[in-house]
Amino acid sequence: MTDHTDSTSKHKIDIHKKEHKEEMIHQVISFTLMILFTFIAFGMVILEISSYFVKPVLILLAVVQVVFQLYYFMHMKNKGHTMPAMMMFSGIAVAILTIITFTTIIWW
Amino acid sequence: MSHDDVLNPKQMPHDPEKATLEGKNKFIGFWMFLGGETVLFASLFGTYLALVRSTSGENTPEHLFGLELVFIMTMLLLTSSLTSVYAMYHMKNHDFKKMQLWLGITVLLGLGFLGCEIYEFYHYIHEYGFTFRSSAFGSAFYTLVGFHGGHVVFGLSWIVALMIRNQKRGLNLYNAPKFYIASLYWHFIDVVWVFIFTVVYLMGKVG
Amino acid sequence: MSNAIAQQRGLGAMIWDYITTVDHKKIAHLYLVSGGFFFLIGGLEAMIIRIQLMKPDNEFISAGLYNEMITMHGTTMIFLAAMPLIFALMNAVVPLQIGARDVAFPFLNSLGFWLFLFGGLLLNVSWFTGGAPDAGWTNYAPLSTTSAGHGVDYYVMGLQISGAGTLIGGINFLVTIINMRAPGMTYMRMPLFTWTTFITSVLILFAFPALTVGLFLMMFDRMFGSAFFDVTAGGNEIIWEHLFWIFGHPEVYILILPLFGAFSDIISTFSKKRLFGYSAMVFATVLIGFLGFMVWAHHMFTVGLGPIANSIFAVSTMAIAVPTGIKIFNWLFTMWGGSIKMSAAMLWSIAFIPSFTIGGMTGVMLASAAADYQYHDTYFVVGHFHYVIVGGVVFGIFAALHYWWPKMFGKVLNEKLGHLAFWPFFIGFHLTFFIQHFLGLMGMPRRYWTYFEGQSLATGNMISTVGAFLMAIGTLIFLYNIVYTAIKEPQASADPWDGRTLEWSIPSTPPFYNFKQTPLVRGLDPLWIEKMEGRKGVTPAEPLGDIHMPNASVLPFLMSLGLFIAGFGFIYQVDHNAWFIAVAVGMGLTLGSMLTRSLKDDLGYHIHKEDLVEKGDGK
Repeated sequence: MTDHTDSTSKHKIDIHKKEHKEEMIHQVISFTLMILFTFIAFGMVILEISSYFVKPVLILLAVVQVVFQLYYFMHMKNKGHTMPAMMMFSGIAVAILTIITFTTIIWW
Repeated sequence: MSHDDVLNPKQMPHDPEKATLEGKNKFIGFWMFLGGETVLFASLFGTYLALVRSTSGENTPEHLFGLELVFIMTMLLLTSSLTSVYAMYHMKNHDFKKMQLWLGITVLLGLGFLGCEIYEFYHYIHEYGFTFRSSAFGSAFYTLVGFHGGHVVFGLSWIVALMIRNQKRGLNLYNAPKFYIASLYWHFIDVVWVFIFTVVYLMGKVG
Repeated sequence: MSNAIAQQRGLGAMIWDYITTVDHKKIAHLYLVSGGFFFLIGGLEAMIIRIQLMKPDNEFISAGLYNEMITMHGTTMIFLAAMPLIFALMNAVVPLQIGARDVAFPFLNSLGFWLFLFGGLLLNVSWFTGGAPDAGWTNYAPLSTTSAGHGVDYYVMGLQISGAGTLIGGINFLVTIINMRAPGMTYMRMPLFTWTTFITSVLILFAFPALTVGLFLMMFDRMFGSAFFDVTAGGNEIIWEHLFWIFGHPEVYILILPLFGAFSDIISTFSKKRLFGYSAMVFATVLIGFLGFMVWAHHMFTVGLGPIANSIFAVSTMAIAVPTGIKIFNWLFTMWGGSIKMSAAMLWSIAFIPSFTIGGMTGVMLASAAADYQYHDTYFVVGHFHYVIVGGVVFGIFAALHYWWPKMFGKVLNEKLGHLAFWPFFIGFHLTFFIQHFLGLMGMPRRYWTYFEGQSLATGNMISTVGAFLMAIGTLIFLYNIVYTAIKEPQASADPWDGRTLEWSIPSTPPFYNFKQTPLVRGLDPLWIEKMEGRKGVTPAEPLGDIHMPNASVLPFLMSLGLFIAGFGFIYQVDHNAWFIAVAVGMGLTLGSMLTRSLKDDLGYHIHKEDLVEKGDGK
């Protein structure tokens, strides 16, 4: 009896280890992409490409990096993250409103 | 669940950080806190963006910022984010020693980042005479980047305290949530830095 | 550890018990007592303001002191009276309504309270150290950055500390409601008070960080020479206004929403009907919370943000009238055809509906940006926000206190005295504030120390002051009622109102572990369902077992005390560097306590099921 439960739980642990490994691969891929994006961002600024083009692209790259951080590094893509995701998105919505305010209607 | 099950579990569950109600509460609560922190940093970023043109004399963003140091800092912090992911990977596989090792590396990278930041501030103040009081831009710059730096200091102290406290006794259901949320905090610090190096330094350089 | 021997101890032991408690019911008492204390101080300040304005050319107090009065009246009432009183209700009721034994973070709950209290005390110490803050509760720069003395510094530090407490409290309630609901208590079965607490906590979470940042910038400008609001160094005063109102407008919904929830529960209980349009009520609450974040600039219509910004914020402001209207009609329909019992709680609730609606309508008037140029900074605005805050929040607190008093203190407040307190307050309230709309339209500006003879403002102000005295009488009768009830009234039963929700299924006052067995929730108004099916209590969801409880701790008190001491250091280091010692000592105490908390294991303790059985029918 005890042997049996031990073997199933061992089997379970193996499955989890495999899952963790797969997740790790995703995380390493996203890390590589983040490094790549950072290089692109710094490169564009050093090469002095037109600021009309660079600024939106910089923001876009930053947003993608943050998505990687949140979803892969901080596991927001996993189960049980509905509430955290909802709260983060609400926070981000308020954050965006705040930033828009401070870049438009402060009496320049 | 008795105290013994929490401190010396016979068998570690799949997600040790969420195995107890306290763990689940910490997990949700900390994410809520990060939601609030998002607004906190947005307010600081907004203030910075509103005041970035309020410079005095030569000390403009274009003139001040050097990209080499910022690039090194970015790499240090980004890598430390990956190493703390490794630490959590080992936590989930219940390998305490390796988790401590990777957390240790995270702390070293974080210290490296902090060293660079202190050097940067020192450099601005002594070479350029650019201080917290020189202009509204100076106030906004040091406040935004300094708040982030303060978060780094707090995060490092937190992780080190946890590492030392649990060195002897290893992983259990009581400290696993603490390690987990400390690593979430560390990731969030990197999230903020991504926007700082983009908005403050890179876009400042573009002009 | 064993709270079982809580009785028969001296006063010192009782104080120590309250200082270290992590029990949400005791923290509710603490919030109620300190919130009530600040409410009386704020009320006293209001009376002084009304006496000063009673007649033309009055010199009851000096102009400078008058500025301090209006500033402290607003700040005290919003941050130190209304907020804690609401937290008192939340702490007392929410865990019971969702069938939980405690909140998610009992330690943080206690920390939130002590931070609030020490912040409030710090703010009020300013009266004795050379002058209170005098730049208005909105503390606009540059009036605030150039205000002489340390008054505004106290404002900054006091609100920073108490604001941190509020944020902690908000997160605590969010997690409590997300994680600690009893089996079967789905989101759409939660009582409305719990729902509104939930949305309020979301608003706290996203609104308070903006205030935190604003206060930090103000602190840096006043104490460390930065230039955020200093135009000569390129600063921008509008930043403060935005940050303040990004926080400040959600704040007024933070104040009113929990009481919307309380009214919903009260009206449904005393109408003996299920709440009309429950899901619409929930939806309206969420919508108010959502829209509450998009309207802040209606406080800044005359700043000159431009016609586009003004139009957007005008429209979004008017949109809030829709969900609020949904609520008003749902309350009316709940009463429609119900068997209404006119208890004191119900009286306050019914009085709230027309009073608040008047405030809502003047709100829509003010939302019209073009018209607002006329109303702005006149007594019309003062009339408007007192109608929503007194007519909504204060009426709500009175109603909720009458309703939940037996659950909090084990006795039903005397009904006769309850009615007697209501009438002078209600009449006085309308007398005080209705006339202020007209004073505003006649051109009386807000925050002015006095006015002249022959401006036709004398009669209106006299009426207003008379009304204020009636409100004071009402409040005094309510206080007398508390004392009278404590001495004369008999112990209340578990369910004095024939209630519908879980808090009425356990004794008044509940045992410190709340529920001996976690209840099983089988629908909206769980207790009512059981009653209708002929059962006495709620079906338990688990067999009798050991109960896990948190340990008491003095650390929250010490952490807050540390910040209190550091606060003085920050305020006075401008005068002399030696005050940095206070900063170091205070921060050392706070950070040391935090480290202790982090390093020392605190696993709580268990009440064994044998002990529960011994106590007999504990539920």
